[in-house]
Amino acid sequence: MDVDTSNLNPNDWMNAELSTGTSIMAVEFDGGVVIGADSRTTTGSYIASRVTDKLTRITDKIYCCRSGSAADTQAVAEIVAYHLEFYSTEMGEEPLVETAAAIFREMCYTYRGQLMAGIIVAGWDSVKGGQVYDIPLGGMIIRERVSMGGSGSGYVLGYIDANYKPNLPRDECIKLVSNTLTLAMSRDGSSGGIVRLGVIEGGKPIQRSTIPGNKLVRFYSGE
Amino acid sequence: MSSIGTGYDLSASQFSPDGRVFQVEYAQKAVEIGGTAIGLRGKDGVVLAVEKIVTSKLYEPGSGKKIFHIDEGIGMATSGLISDARHLAENARNEASSYRNQYGNSVPLKYLNDRVSMYMHVYTLYSAVRPFGCSIILGSYEKGQPVMYMVDPSGISHGYFGCAVGKAKQAAKTEIEKLKLSELTCKELVKEAARIIYMVHDELKDKNFELELSWVGKHTNGRHEFVPKAVLAEAEEAAKAAMEEHSDSDGEDM
Repeated sequence: MDVDTSNLNPNDWMNAELSTGTSIMAVEFDGGVVIGADSRTTTGSYIASRVTDKLTRITDKIYCCRSGSAADTQAVAEIVAYHLEFYSTEMGEEPLVETAAAIFREMCYTYRGQLMAGIIVAGWDSVKGGQVYDIPLGGMIIRERVSMGGSGSGYVLGYIDANYKPNLPRDECIKLVSNTLTLAMSRDGSSGGIVRLGVIEGGKPIQRSTIPGNKLVRFYSGE
Repeated sequence: MSSIGTGYDLSASQFSPDGRVFQVEYAQKAVEIGGTAIGLRGKDGVVLAVEKIVTSKLYEPGSGKKIFHIDEGIGMATSGLISDARHLAENARNEASSYRNQYGNSVPLKYLNDRVSMYMHVYTLYSAVRPFGCSIILGSYEKGQPVMYMVDPSGISHGYFGCAVGKAKQAAKTEIEKLKLSELTCKELVKEAARIIYMVHDELKDKNFELELSWVGKHTNGRHEFVPKAVLAEAEEAAKAAMEEHSDSDGEDM
């Protein structure tokens, strides 16, 4: 009897794509957004990096959370950042979060057959305040008050449903993001490392922080 | 034509010895024979008004409009060659729709104005084309602020509080300068606009005309709309009454 063992290759990292099997999340609150991500980048079962930064700057007040292929999402984020840089020079004003999301959407949809990219765009502008736009695999776009993506999201969507309410204050949002990511990282094998957080608020520059693996909240995980 | 320019007015791509581009100046002349168009920017919106000269009684009322919708919130009034203006309106609409397509929201007027100005300017650079024989006034209400620009055939554009183009632009400008634009609302501006168009209209030269009025502002929720028939009729009545009053007082002076 022939058994196909090709999927069990212990050296799968030699062929597998570098990808951010991920847990990413973003929440709107009155006056800004909280974004968060784990820090694991995998090549098959091999952890290529345990301190990846998946919260990527597009402009000072617009960030994106990347999931899917690391190469694809980095490239797309770079292109969008370039577009918006050009846009601000031409218009003499900062771009709207909507605008950033629309450019992401355009790329993700046009190249949906070639890309593996699930992106959450989050940021603040003076017109609509804090905003979160989710752009999953096919290239659709939807604005949400709270959004989660990546392989880890499947394990904890119910936790978000149970704990999120509209108009949650800033600090509660930070807590929700760090707790949700912590839970996702413990269940999902391709998420882990540290929790990276960012808060984009009003006109302020982004406030970034990290929670190292040993400082994460300990939830029940068996006796 | 002045003797200095002789021979230098055949192409838009050639300067005259004293540094002028005659084709562009002729295009500006073409605007000066068009019906008067004015734009008033008040505190809560922009009002556009056009004197559309009707050259035949056989034309259907309302045909050959000179005010165009460009985008949901952007209006454009024109003076000069109407067919050139229609081409520019189409260009502006394409710009607005491609902006929306790319960036997911409506085009800021500042940007649209830049693009249309650039487009008009390009037509002053090559020998194979002629400049546009029309000026345009663009108006919108965005982020709670009224905005208005005017572009002339050379591609120059400025932001304005009040502007006028066409055959009676001088008289219209004099009237506009008397208004305290920043204190007036759209509803008040409509009456002023109608009054000014009626006033500067030269009955001896052009018998019939139609008043076109549109507005965009807070009360239209940022949408560019033609002024409703009832409001238009009311403004026209007021304008006619003001004309009567004016001619009466003229009589007393005599």
